[in-house]
Amino acid sequence: MAHVDPRAAPAADFAERSALALENAFLRRAVRFTVDRLRNGKQASAEAHGDFEALRERGRAIRAHTIAHLDRYLDQFVDNLEAAGGVAHFAADAAEAAELCASIAQGCGAKLAVKSKSMVSEEIELNQRLEKAGVAAVETDLGEWIVQLAGEAPAHIILPCIHKSRGEIRALFERHGNTTLDEATATLAGYARRTLRARFLEADLGFSGCNFAVADTGAIAMFTNEGNGRLVTTLPRVHVVLMGMERIVPSLAELAVMAELLPRSATGQKLTTYLNLIAGPRRTGELDGPRELHVVIVDNGRSAQLSDPRFREILHCIRCGACLNVCPVYRQVGGHAYGSVYPGPIGAVLGPLFHPERELSNELSQASSLCGACTDACPVKIPIHEMLVSLRERDAARRPRAERLALEFAANVLSSPESYERAGRALRFLQRATIGDGSRMTWLGRRVPFAGAWLSTRRLPAPPARSFRELWPALEREAALGNPPG
Amino acid sequence: MRVSLFITCLADQMHPEVGVSTVRVLRRLGCEVLFSRQQTCCGQPFHNAGFPAEARRVARTLIEALGPTGEAGDADYVVTPSGSCAAMVKHSYPELFDGDPDELERARALASRTFELSQFLVHVLGVEDVGASLARKATYHPSCHASRFLHVGSEPLKLLSRVRGLELAPLAHAQDCCGFGGLFSVKLPQVSSAMAGEKLEHVAASGAQVLVGTDMGCLMHLAGLLRARGSPVEALHLAQVLDSGHGAR
Repeated sequence: MAHVDPRAAPAADFAERSALALENAFLRRAVRFTVDRLRNGKQASAEAHGDFEALRERGRAIRAHTIAHLDRYLDQFVDNLEAAGGVAHFAADAAEAAELCASIAQGCGAKLAVKSKSMVSEEIELNQRLEKAGVAAVETDLGEWIVQLAGEAPAHIILPCIHKSRGEIRALFERHGNTTLDEATATLAGYARRTLRARFLEADLGFSGCNFAVADTGAIAMFTNEGNGRLVTTLPRVHVVLMGMERIVPSLAELAVMAELLPRSATGQKLTTYLNLIAGPRRTGELDGPRELHVVIVDNGRSAQLSDPRFREILHCIRCGACLNVCPVYRQVGGHAYGSVYPGPIGAVLGPLFHPERELSNELSQASSLCGACTDACPVKIPIHEMLVSLRERDAARRPRAERLALEFAANVLSSPESYERAGRALRFLQRATIGDGSRMTWLGRRVPFAGAWLSTRRLPAPPARSFRELWPALEREAALGNPPG
Repeated sequence: MRVSLFITCLADQMHPEVGVSTVRVLRRLGCEVLFSRQQTCCGQPFHNAGFPAEARRVARTLIEALGPTGEAGDADYVVTPSGSCAAMVKHSYPELFDGDPDELERARALASRTFELSQFLVHVLGVEDVGASLARKATYHPSCHASRFLHVGSEPLKLLSRVRGLELAPLAHAQDCCGFGGLFSVKLPQVSSAMAGEKLEHVAASGAQVLVGTDMGCLMHLAGLLRARGSPVEALHLAQVLDSGHGAR
């Protein structure tokens, strides 16, 4: 099995996890197929929009304005939420947020909770905490349910089971239901629908995420495609919304812009199948909706991001996954290799920001060729690749000593034309005399720092006898003789 | 017109033929080419690795070498056969020297005179046909830093489309990174090579005999994998293609 659950295998590093992923031919085919579909969809819908660049700029401006005045808008949101009968809770960190959720669950005597998709719930490890409190939590987003049955973490922000084959899903369902199924979509979807419908009716509590919270109305906006979100937020007696602190829009006018931007960027849809606006719990005379509505507003490091100009813009993120779909690293290794709740480029920034203390932190920022595709794809123009460089700088002291010394030494050599020229000549001479392009004396090539890693898959260029600067005098004569040949 | 060649450390030490071709192409178009031997490296590997102090130290050498007091100080333009190194100078230098007004001014002055080769040919010299000929089937890989940071778009294709005998085949997923990424290629060699592997699948599907690019980093990496696999596809820098058919290659 090459699917690595980060929680199950904390010891492996990104290189080991990605090596496992690279051996998994199905995973690689599936990831390629899916991200191609998503990014082609995004491209087509951006073109169909007519002026997607202007829309991106509006989106960026709205996010920048909101984050700059986050305190004010949060206060306004909480006031309006409470006026509508909801209850707001603030959680400083993941543990506090999970604790709050567990105590709400215990307070209403819940035994079973249904969940719709929420990355914040992954962030605070909600399911594990609920289990400890004796509350079973069932994921009802189909992809999330599948990864839950497999005991794994989501491999993509919006498509959690991107890495699973039809056969694997059938096997999971058969084991779960102790039954026999075929692989037809209708059979598999039918099994999930029947099983989950019973859970919706049984559940005491519903947990959902929140795409945006509208400050001037106190409403929660959810963009979904499966309908499970509506059941989670209306059937159980109590509804708990998990909300990242930054997920605010000032008013419905700004939400309308996000409604154009988010689905297009995420899946290429003009609009998701469902757009829910939830403003308060059930009112007198209403036939459905929860009796209680709680919104748990999670900080968990976001205040620190807000106060750091290098990383503040990461709070602009609308969790669309567009950066994953264009990332050439994600494309090869998939989500689990990152070992972080949020995979892909956005995860390579968020992981180290949420957990600066973890070793994972300084390895994830290295998991990028800095090609900039993420920054180009971001619907709100977050300079993701520049943040990766800033994180590398932040964690530079934690790089292996050999790497730091090599960089310092190289900088010294390159800071003087004389030492550069001498070093270049010596290295080319040595390379010519020994390994050449790497096909000779392979035992030696493997042991040379940097060159060894290069030669594990590639050849080096054959080193030239003369550098360009050594050829320059001849080129000057060529010019003096009157123009180049031809 | 006087042009100072910013050769880049990689082309200087490992691919001098690219520098030679660049000089010849520029001279054929009437440029006087100057070369400052004071130049070393632009400092990008240090910047990208998160070592800005080291990056600044190396960058100062280049600013000095290519600046008005350097050996080629009276050149009108600085031209380099690398989108990546040009992007370092044009985009990262101003940020790197943000803390010192004098240094920032010198960095900005260099940035404004610096051009990637294909943009210089098409936009400054206004040339698309450089008189080259090469009877091969080629495909073009747009390198990330050239296309995303410098917005090099159609320029190389315009130049290539005027090369006599050259058949240009489209490259699928052209915009995807080849996996080089400087130190990335040795820090995560397996992932880096998987990225190159997919790139080469698309190159093979294009039927091209020659893979053309604007950056020797990407091309060294892709050529390294092509050779390790015994592929007959040849990786050539745009300058080499534009220098073809003059009896020079």
